[in-house]
Amino acid sequence: MKEIARSDVEYVAALAQLKLDDAAADRLVGELGEILAYMDLLNELDTEGVEPMMHALEVTNVYRDDVTAPSLPREAALQNAPRTDGAYFLVPRILDQE
Amino acid sequence: MSRDWFGCTAHEISDALRSGAVTAREVAQSCLDRIDAVDGRVQAYVEVWRDEALRQADAADARIQAGTAGPLTGVPVSLKDVLCTQTGATTCCSRILEGYRSPFDATVVRRLQEAGAVFLGKVNMDEFAMGSTTENSARQVTRNPWDLERVPGGSSGGSAASVAADETAISIGSDTGGSIRQPAAFCGCVGMKPTYGRVSRYGLVAFASSLDQIGPLAKDVRDCATTLNVICGRDPHDSTSADVPVPDFTEALTGDVGDLRIGLPRECFTEDLSDVVRGPVIQAARTLEDRGATLVDVDLPLLRYAVATYYIICTAEASANLARFDGVRYGYRDPDAKNVQDMYVLSKSRGFGPEVQRRIVLGTYVLSSGYYDAYYLKAQRVRRLIRDDYARAFASCDAILMPVTPSPAYRLGEMLDDPLQMYLADIYTIGVNLAGLPAISVPCGKSSAGLPIGMQLVGKAFDEATILRAAHAYELHAGIALGRPALAG
Repeated sequence: MKEIARSDVEYVAALAQLKLDDAAADRLVGELGEILAYMDLLNELDTEGVEPMMHALEVTNVYRDDVTAPSLPREAALQNAPRTDGAYFLVPRILDQE
Repeated sequence: MSRDWFGCTAHEISDALRSGAVTAREVAQSCLDRIDAVDGRVQAYVEVWRDEALRQADAADARIQAGTAGPLTGVPVSLKDVLCTQTGATTCCSRILEGYRSPFDATVVRRLQEAGAVFLGKVNMDEFAMGSTTENSARQVTRNPWDLERVPGGSSGGSAASVAADETAISIGSDTGGSIRQPAAFCGCVGMKPTYGRVSRYGLVAFASSLDQIGPLAKDVRDCATTLNVICGRDPHDSTSADVPVPDFTEALTGDVGDLRIGLPRECFTEDLSDVVRGPVIQAARTLEDRGATLVDVDLPLLRYAVATYYIICTAEASANLARFDGVRYGYRDPDAKNVQDMYVLSKSRGFGPEVQRRIVLGTYVLSSGYYDAYYLKAQRVRRLIRDDYARAFASCDAILMPVTPSPAYRLGEMLDDPLQMYLADIYTIGVNLAGLPAISVPCGKSSAGLPIGMQLVGKAFDEATILRAAHAYELHAGIALGRPALAG
């Protein structure tokens, strides 16, 4: 069991923009500790000098010609928005009012 | 001639359509009636497209009349709810995408449509494809058609259950760490994960982008090969789709395995494997040997590190991919949010289910400052070693035969409270995703309790043809008749 503090879980959750209720945070402290302890298994392996594998295919950047082509119409792009004025996505206030 | 068309394979349906024995409308209606009869118990479908299916069936009949039909024209297909479709909703069985209507079709959906397939609807899955039981769906709990008190597996559990319960001929699923092969094994159908890059993922809602791949679940190997012929190939909309020629996979189905060397990894047949799975899998290898294949021992010494490697990489990628669900452009926006920060936090916290939140937190942890090198970078290094492991094994064999799962299907609820235990059961399927290889799960027997058991054939990158050939030869000669699930009360 790895020592994971409740504050660690809350810190990481905040990075991920998640707010955990008390029960969920308590449960995650235990589960994360157990899972991360299991992952320490990888320390048995010497990976000195092994290049990290980022991707299953060793692909490099794929370029396309720089030509305009039809893209999603504005109406279609906005059709699932929780709030829109027909031209833009609307969100709640970002800066507090004086 | 009257037949239960809903129980037929795609090639049986296709032959009957072309001979005029049945119309595509009759086949579609037969499947819709079957869904009405059994889906109340199986609960595979989250959405049934009655009108759309019959419309597509009529179009298929017109093509058959005109002589322009292909092998999938008029064939019923169900789609995992992770695939974007302009018809119906695309929710990934998550509350956060409730009611989302995609403005475009996934490339696989478009290709199947162009081939004349008839879509019956969307099927259930673990939320965002995260899980091994389909119990993490925000929609409903899908049952295993062979035993309604057991799970169908996951995350493509709705796909596997819909095929096994004869509610469709073919289903399209996705496989990040076994999500096609494991439910196929649990439900007694054939499931295939193609090579990474074989199938365009444009319109597949991303879970872990370096691992995700789309593939078919079907009643037999031939139907998998036929489906691959339609869905594989380069797509300019997905820069990770490979520009590699796509052969006619059905030409590989010769029944002959005389020239094949089949590798059995020693590490897969240890005491961790239950006898109930070991017996049929070993028997499957013997069947191929009887047909002339050579069995060779191979080693995958890093097998025991695969689960840890996989769950670091997939959660890291998931935490990045799922950051897009912020309540701005689509999806759930919490009505209590007073400012923009609240909107992000409340929408995610109330929109994502527990397993998805667990993986986002874990993924954020392994990517966070101070832990990135120790977990994420380490896992990426081990990933390369795992890939090299497979490459070494393939130096002495053409395909690797191994189990799909350590045990048959779990009881409902059995895995819910122990995530690590659930992750560990992915041991035989995830190495293939880490290495980017193709693999197929084929039924090879039943437990004494009547639960299906699968065996897995793994191939070299872009060599789907060889494992399809071996799987087909096995199916042809094994004499395994699983029968059909009784689906009693």
